[in-house]
Amino acid sequence: MNRNATVWLWRAASFAVAASFIALWQLIANLKLVSPVFLPGPDRAWTSLVRGFSNGDLGNKLAGTLEHMAYGWLAASIAGIAIGAIIGSSRIMRTYVAPSLEFLRPLPVSAIIPVAIAMLGLTQAMALFVIAFGAIWPIMLATIHGFAAVEPRLYEVARSLQMSRLAVIFKVALPSASPDILAGMRLSLTVALILSVVCEILAGLDGLGHWVLLSARAFRSADLFAGVILLGLTGYVTSVAMSMAEHRLLAWQAAQR
Amino acid sequence: MTTDRAKEKAKALLLPLAVLLAFEAWARATHLQSDSLAPPSEIIMALAGAFADFSILTATRDTLFSAFAGLAIGTVIGLALGIAFGISDTLNRLMEVTVEAVRPIPSIALLPIALIALGFGYRMEIVIVAFACVWPILILSRAAVRSIEPRLMEVSRALRLPAAQRVWKIIIPAALPRIFVAFRLSAGIALIVAVTVEIAINPLGLGAGIMLAQQALRPDLMLAYLVWIGAIGYALNILLVVAQHRLFGRAALSGDSA
Repeated sequence: MNRNATVWLWRAASFAVAASFIALWQLIANLKLVSPVFLPGPDRAWTSLVRGFSNGDLGNKLAGTLEHMAYGWLAASIAGIAIGAIIGSSRIMRTYVAPSLEFLRPLPVSAIIPVAIAMLGLTQAMALFVIAFGAIWPIMLATIHGFAAVEPRLYEVARSLQMSRLAVIFKVALPSASPDILAGMRLSLTVALILSVVCEILAGLDGLGHWVLLSARAFRSADLFAGVILLGLTGYVTSVAMSMAEHRLLAWQAAQR
Repeated sequence: MTTDRAKEKAKALLLPLAVLLAFEAWARATHLQSDSLAPPSEIIMALAGAFADFSILTATRDTLFSAFAGLAIGTVIGLALGIAFGISDTLNRLMEVTVEAVRPIPSIALLPIALIALGFGYRMEIVIVAFACVWPILILSRAAVRSIEPRLMEVSRALRLPAAQRVWKIIIPAALPRIFVAFRLSAGIALIVAVTVEIAINPLGLGAGIMLAQQALRPDLMLAYLVWIGAIGYALNILLVVAQHRLFGRAALSGDSA
């Protein structure tokens, strides 16, 4: 009980510090130390946020970004786990294919955007392809790694039980690789958000990326900050949700240890 | 042993070589006319051409300059905050909400802000790269400082070292292997963010080069840029991994899991 109280006290103090930073920001804006063209006060950003939501503009843009991110990320997750499982469960694929993938890993994925534009134009399909392509790497490599790191005795058990390859993948390898896979999916979530914003900026697709760019072009700094705050919030909420999902899904492993 | 490793390497090269040859053969057989694809031989010619007129070298210099300048600034800020938060638990707890509120902002979302505040050019790119690099350095150096052997800290207290010397003589050397791991991660991020900013909006460097090649409907040049960007990313990674092993040997491996 007592320890709980101190934890809450620290939290409250920490929130107070954050609040004082916002107050400082307000002060700087009020004193016009930085031109209001670039830096709106938190009051103006908040007003813009409320106005944007009440007339539905900002809500639509947020939904657009979330949609791009979710479709791309889900496609990447399904394809990444499937391809990773195929490569990870086969020794031949691991020697011949995995090194090429490791070689491609340090490639800045955004460099694929011009190629995707050349193939698919400035379209929704281009955005989905880019997001999925960028988000697939961490998931696929984590799956391969997770499959390679499965306790060898589990494979031996599976063999002595004469399980089929599919059964081995679903009953042995996937569950035991799930911490790696989920960690890869969490990394991919950030990648998906960043690439969604970049694609929206480039292709003018409905979303927060497009919104912040238009606001910047028109020097509507309050709208711009409202968009950036929403993007930060999106990053935060999705990562918290992913942690919670990870916690839930891996509870059985924690219990086992 | 060495022949075994050579054999492994040869096996690893087999697939990319086969893919390239097949693609070349297919492109020749069908007399490929495309705005988005070009056979490997043409890509190599385009790359050679871009080297010959120095355009790709200038672009590389611009990109690497922005990436490294941003990385340097981000590292200094991240390290200062990370060490401060690592030493002082009070400070760390007080700043927790602020850090957690700012950290999830995707670096690229700052692009429009940097654009209206600083305009096109090196400065806005450097600021965005620096913002992206601060966080991994901050988080990992904070963890590194916290995991320093407590007896080392006791020694520094017994010696009554002033704070600056304690940081310089005890904390930084003890945490350096893990800090270098963070630096390696951030260097990769710096290159990615720099290229991304250039592709999205900033008219300089490799990212702008590849966009220009796409808009000029030069798939050979576009793919040449892509290959070159990949090669730079790969070389940077190898360089830093080798440096890490040379400088810290096994000591650095313990930090890799963090």
